[in-house]
Amino acid sequence: MEVANETLTAPVKAEKSIELTGSAALLEALIVEGVDTIFGYPGGAIMPIYDALVDYGDKLNHILVRHEQGGIHAGQGYARTSGKVGVVFATSGPGATNLVTGLADAQIDSTPLVCITGQVFAHLLGTDAFQETDVINITTPVTKWNYQVTDATEIPEVIAKAFYIAKSGRPGPVLIDITKNAQIQKFDFKGYTKCDHIRSYRPKPIVRQQYIQQAAELINRAEKPFILFGQGVILGEAEKEFKAFVEKSGIPAAWTVLGAGAIPTDHPLNVGMLGMHGNYGPNVLTNSCDVLIAIGMRFDDRVTGRLDKYAKQAQVIHLDIDPAEIDKNVKSTVPVWGDCKETLPLLTELVEHKEHKEWLQQFHDHTKQEVEQVIEKELNPTTDEMTMGEVIKQLNELTKGDAVIVTDVGQHQMVACRYAKLNKTRSNVTSGGLGTMGFALPAAIGAKFGAQERDVIAIIGDGGFQMTLQELGTVMQTGINIKIVILNNHFLGMVRQWQELFNERRYSFVDIQSPDFVRLASAYGIEGKRVDERKDLVSALKEMMDHQGSYLLEVTVTKENNVFPMVPQGCSVSEIRLK
Amino acid sequence: MSNQDIEKQEFNITVYTENQIGLLNRIAIIFTRRKINIDSLNTSPSEIDSIHRFNIVITESEDVVRKVCRQIEKQVEVLKVYYHTNEDVIWQELALYKVSTDVIAEQVSVERLLRENGARVVVLRKDYTVFETSGHREETDALINILQPYGLIEFVRSARVAIIKDSDGFNSKLREFERLEPGEDVIENEYLNQGQKVFSM
Repeated sequence: MEVANETLTAPVKAEKSIELTGSAALLEALIVEGVDTIFGYPGGAIMPIYDALVDYGDKLNHILVRHEQGGIHAGQGYARTSGKVGVVFATSGPGATNLVTGLADAQIDSTPLVCITGQVFAHLLGTDAFQETDVINITTPVTKWNYQVTDATEIPEVIAKAFYIAKSGRPGPVLIDITKNAQIQKFDFKGYTKCDHIRSYRPKPIVRQQYIQQAAELINRAEKPFILFGQGVILGEAEKEFKAFVEKSGIPAAWTVLGAGAIPTDHPLNVGMLGMHGNYGPNVLTNSCDVLIAIGMRFDDRVTGRLDKYAKQAQVIHLDIDPAEIDKNVKSTVPVWGDCKETLPLLTELVEHKEHKEWLQQFHDHTKQEVEQVIEKELNPTTDEMTMGEVIKQLNELTKGDAVIVTDVGQHQMVACRYAKLNKTRSNVTSGGLGTMGFALPAAIGAKFGAQERDVIAIIGDGGFQMTLQELGTVMQTGINIKIVILNNHFLGMVRQWQELFNERRYSFVDIQSPDFVRLASAYGIEGKRVDERKDLVSALKEMMDHQGSYLLEVTVTKENNVFPMVPQGCSVSEIRLK
Repeated sequence: MSNQDIEKQEFNITVYTENQIGLLNRIAIIFTRRKINIDSLNTSPSEIDSIHRFNIVITESEDVVRKVCRQIEKQVEVLKVYYHTNEDVIWQELALYKVSTDVIAEQVSVERLLRENGARVVVLRKDYTVFETSGHREETDALINILQPYGLIEFVRSARVAIIKDSDGFNSKLREFERLEPGEDVIENEYLNQGQKVFSM
């Protein structure tokens, strides 16, 4: 077996071996890996593992979700707030296929997960057995690594490898499929050793000093340098190093949706959000800067807009841990391979202490325009109907920016990301790359388990909420305390916005009806309220935050509001529209 | 034809991997997700114990090939990936031809044609004879055309195998590739036989 031969460098410390089933060995392994919470759903092919869980209940908290997709999004939420690996259990067949959306989401957003799926007995593989699905092949494109275990003796090594791969380098989801016979099989368990080396796997490229020097020279010569930062700063736990770099170099810094919160939103050098619905200045000035410094971000098309008109005037310094990201979308002048926790301090040391006052002023000038034309009417509307933005503004007043904000996908997501105040890292949990509607409710459950001392607020649209609302059952059964804010515009708002702007208002299936969300919550024993008028908003939000336990607040917002600014698809970032 | 099509040419991609179930699929989907057709694929154990070597041929622009190679190299069980143009490699395909023995015995010209085309007899039976030849696509194709009138019973051609022309083998190529690549693992051919040590990071 390849795995047995190659993966473990440290010798297995066997004082004396004990006889364990594959299932028990799996749970022992999870405990050594520091796992405390598992999100899962039982089924035929994973029953032996669930049977073993009965004996490990005091060490492993298993959260019974209502759907495997909910389980994996919860695992993602947990990983995003805790910084640990999210662990998910599912059975074979439909259980495993229900994980696919979450795996794709975790893969594109670099979220560390270890998913364990049950599988039919090894002798039944390939026979179209009951609940048999070729989960390894189905999940290959959406996992960083996957492996099928058919013999219990493989379990310790494979699980060690799974955790190492999920968490190291650029993190990602790993799926381990374990056949039922391997779960039942007894073997001599010789202890568990964590994996820290796989010869074919290079999690971190070696830092090259020559590139650091070239980058520093470019930065020191630059008159209009501009920093773009992404989730890489958070995943690399390099928030401090990043802040030091920004503050010493005095360079304005803008964030991708997943990078939000890596430095506080009100930091004087934080100039706002990038991308399609980002802030005005960061988009326009991308095409004016002379040196672009991209840190832990991957130039997603929603960030760059039209690529052949993206920052063509600038020299590009790209810091990334994943070599495949360098030059993938935007050609770099200087590629700074490596973990930004290592590369940023090296760079900070070489950059000169500067203040780019005039350049920074240009961002402020753009902000002023954006405030006048967009932000003011979004946050302080004079219309009767409420806007999404004002809900976020009022929420900021109550959270002071200390809460974890979990968002779904669509207009409310863009509004929440634009306006939510975030003081701390790991405060923004959203489906960025995949844009998975239905992400927020289960992710908020996981986020709370990952950061139990923090307030967790899920902001969800009326459409997305209805995709995974069954997880209210999980909220009920676990008795956790999360706040759910549904911003209800009675539309699939983002698609409607596009249909209005680009399809001459030909509304096609965006008119969505909803149940009475408050009564729905009530059926699950969750307190709730609906607010239709502005005068009740603040008190309702306050009541929600003060409530002991979970709470659902539905806010009726204006139906046909558009999120602006906007970079229309196929346009350059500097062609961003304010209306 | 767009500019991109003009830039397209055959590239030979060499992938060194662990011997792992499912890796073929993991590598193949990196091409298929970009809708790139794999023209030829050969996989076999390499000169190093436990390490496999894939030879993959695709027709693409160098820019795409470079990105694809990085995405392949990112896979956990992939040790190293290289790409070369046809000019940089010596390559061969093996072909087998099954022809009725009677026809060959009767027709003297067939024997001459086979000899001219460098075909060798692999199996000689009463009922049929199997010839093999190796070479570039045009060469193996040429023999099909020659044998067709004489009743070609069966034909099969292997995937391409390629070795780089550079007298230093992968050594200097590796260094060149490494120049802009991360990592310190400059793999030298003389080390390759030492297996485990080579790829230590």
